[in-house]
Amino acid sequence: MRARPDYLAHAVLCLGVALFALPVWLVFAGSTQDSNAIMRGELSLVPDLSNLGVYARVLAHGSMGTQPVWHMLMISLGMALGVACGKIAISVLSAYAVVFFRFPCRHAAFWLIFITLMLPVEVRIMPTYAVMADFRLINTFTGLWLPLIASATATLLFRQVFTAIPDELVEAARMDGAGPLRFLRDIALPVSAANIAALFVILFVLGWNQYLWPLLVATNPDLDTIVIGIVKMIGVETETDWAAVMATAVLALLPPVVVVVAMQHWFVAGLTEGEK
Amino acid sequence: MDRRTVFDGRLLPWLLLLPQLLLTLLFFYWPAAEAVRASLFTEDAFGQGSVFVGLDNFAALFADPLYLASVLRTVVFCFAVSVLAMAVALLLAVFADRAIAGRLVYRTLLIWPYAIAPAMSAVLFLFVLNPRIGLFGRWLNRHGFDWDYTLNGSQAMGMVIAAAAWKQVSYNVIFFLAGLQSIPRSVIEAARMDGARGWRRFRTITFPLLAPTTFFLLVVNIVYAAFDTFGLIYALTQGGPGKDTETLVIKVYRDGVINQDIGSSSAQSVVLMLGVIVVTALQFRFMGRRTAA
Amino acid sequence: MATLQIQGLRKSFGATEVLRRIDLSLADGEMLVIVGASGCGKSTLLRLVAGLETPTGGRVLIGGRDVTALDPAARDIAMVFQNYALYPHMSVFDNMAYGLRIRGLARADIARRVEAAAALLGLEGLLGRKPRQLSGGQRQRVAMGRAIVREPKLFLFDEPLSNLDAKLRVQMRAEIRRLQRRLGVTSLYVTHDQVEAMTLGDRLLILHEGRPAQLATPLDVFERPADTYVAGFVGSPTMNFLPGRLARDGDAVALDAGPLVALPHPCAGDRVILGIRPEHLTLGGTDLTLTVDLFEPLGSETLIHGRVAGTPVVVKAAGVVAPAETVMVGVQPAHCHLFDAASGRRVESTGDMESTGNGTGNGTGNGTGIGA
Repeated sequence: MRARPDYLAHAVLCLGVALFALPVWLVFAGSTQDSNAIMRGELSLVPDLSNLGVYARVLAHGSMGTQPVWHMLMISLGMALGVACGKIAISVLSAYAVVFFRFPCRHAAFWLIFITLMLPVEVRIMPTYAVMADFRLINTFTGLWLPLIASATATLLFRQVFTAIPDELVEAARMDGAGPLRFLRDIALPVSAANIAALFVILFVLGWNQYLWPLLVATNPDLDTIVIGIVKMIGVETETDWAAVMATAVLALLPPVVVVVAMQHWFVAGLTEGEK
Repeated sequence: MDRRTVFDGRLLPWLLLLPQLLLTLLFFYWPAAEAVRASLFTEDAFGQGSVFVGLDNFAALFADPLYLASVLRTVVFCFAVSVLAMAVALLLAVFADRAIAGRLVYRTLLIWPYAIAPAMSAVLFLFVLNPRIGLFGRWLNRHGFDWDYTLNGSQAMGMVIAAAAWKQVSYNVIFFLAGLQSIPRSVIEAARMDGARGWRRFRTITFPLLAPTTFFLLVVNIVYAAFDTFGLIYALTQGGPGKDTETLVIKVYRDGVINQDIGSSSAQSVVLMLGVIVVTALQFRFMGRRTAA
Repeated sequence: MATLQIQGLRKSFGATEVLRRIDLSLADGEMLVIVGASGCGKSTLLRLVAGLETPTGGRVLIGGRDVTALDPAARDIAMVFQNYALYPHMSVFDNMAYGLRIRGLARADIARRVEAAAALLGLEGLLGRKPRQLSGGQRQRVAMGRAIVREPKLFLFDEPLSNLDAKLRVQMRAEIRRLQRRLGVTSLYVTHDQVEAMTLGDRLLILHEGRPAQLATPLDVFERPADTYVAGFVGSPTMNFLPGRLARDGDAVALDAGPLVALPHPCAGDRVILGIRPEHLTLGGTDLTLTVDLFEPLGSETLIHGRVAGTPVVVKAAGVVAPAETVMVGVQPAHCHLFDAASGRRVESTGDMESTGNGTGNGTGNGTGIGA
């Protein structure tokens, strides 16, 4: 008995997919159209493929007083990588310490870190800014990502992963003569590779998508991330080179989307692992 | 949840903990303490120094109708975004869970929007719904509907709710899908044999079994709506028109950075912090050791 | 000099005493099997020798050296784990080479040892594979290879076959024995399976609730069990136990069930338990009347389950037996075992000097129920 195709499911899902694809398609199409036409209200869903030069223009020169887009993309990339790698690095070490050792105040140390779990930077922007000023990290590249790696989400995940490593594996390694650091490098990390991959995706996207913090900590336009750049571009509604803005938007979306799609298998596994 | 096999060492674990502890102390506890301290002071009229005022800032906040309006607005916003994002996500997840051709493709196409920044979501919605240049915005105006979110407060609110929910659906789909897949097939089959079909089966079997996922997502969505949407709201409406889309986090920014009212802004930050702590504590109380990124 | 010596070893977890005083000595090349039910302390004993737990009291000496305070890696031992504990992300070669690398052996040496072990275990073609690409039996062999390349003074086996299916278990059992004999490495093997114990061990140590019940060769354990626990543990189906009293000046046992059973040698004592294995009850005899509950025809033999005046008894008869409601069996006096009813310990004949139920144990500990 051959099953009838599930028309309802396909209909609903296609609608859902379209719901997300449409705005992005629109922006892509619009980027190839004429800015004045757009301003007049003639934005259409059909792209003009002869006009792809807008991307080159925007990459090299930016638009209306912003930095060249490639520069902003680099800043965003640096920030995203800084957040992802920095957070993974310190979280691995902390989780390893808390799980694989017994020492006084172990639980206190863990709770100290754990409390930061759900408190995003938005809640502590003003005083964090003050601290950054004290360290002369305002308007520096480091200042963009350093405060963002302090929170505990990754630590919690690694704690779970490390706790789940079978006892026998640790004992076998002990018999082979591996000390704690060697075990971390040779066994604990490789075995957690999938989780690290998932976290990388999540943190990369997080770092790339930041708005409030980079806005606050860097007034020097040299340090504008691409997200900040775009919001600046749409700030002035008249005289806006809309095609350029749209092209920039497409470029801004590309890297995180590529990362998510390319690593989606690990990403989904890693996101939902802690939930189960 | 302690493991049995551990290593010996007293100094090494502290060395390993040091980076995170240091950063947490510097960029979390110190600023948090600073915020609490600043909330107890107020700048004098000439901006020359600060005066200790105890809990006056807090009292002023809760007496301020603008603040209370902002609280209400934020609550409405958070729930609207959460319910909308979760309902749409659940619908999509239920259908994506069915055994149909190309389900992996659908899954990919529903997951990628996770990568979109909230601020970018605002930009995209602008191009769709702006009254002058937006594709759909123009269409509305051309067909007699008076659409301008830069002037109409409720339209602005609707817009930011839609944009915020739109961006969050993808995240919810991932978790609902995982939750649906963790329901044992045999339970669903038993229900089918008992004669429960379609909507009834969903209402009485599937949805109740999804309760942990739903609760978890509710908390995450609320926190997302309260904080992560700063960029989105600011890019679309800057909190306007007037204060119609000014949520608490926007207000903190406006009062603190733009109006330089450190005392009030710090007090607001402290209130927000307490709120999040309570919500997180509740979540862990009810869910044991669940975690999420 | 004994390869392994355990002196007065004890272990408690908090208030629970898991291992009471154990004394043991293993000769060079000997394979000792530690066997007992779950929770008897056998794994704990192994782990104490391995250095994965610290003893509450006593010493462990390997090759004459006191290793009680030493880390596992410093004891010159190797262990095969129950779940193999292979490093999942490393190839078979790397799994075996890991410990050697840490010790700083030259690459050529490492390669030589690993390849030799692989040849011994039939793993040559699999050196590049990862554990998840191997079958259970292959993983087991890699785990053994990892132990072999260390060329240790002592091998430790922690129930290595319990995760394999029955057929594979039989095959691997023989391989382990063959390997151990060939390499001549002293070994300590822990299992709960009495068949493994009987076939693998040069000697057996039977543990019961943390106490050594008997330390003897397999045959001695079978023919002269030291107490009712050991008697009931080894042999399948289990030995039959019939309560009674010594009579006729110790020449016979008056069973509670009624009949009088003659003993081969006189014994002293009062209330006793007569033990007789199912295969040593002969059909057609006149000693016991069995009321039958169940006939289990197995083809080559038949198991008859029944009761003698309320006490459950099993008879193992050769070939096919026609079912009946009652069956008469005879007791072979030469195969009777006598145990003290109160302590459960073996009662030896008063006139018999050679029976100490010990077997070839060298030195420490007697075979019959070592006291606290």
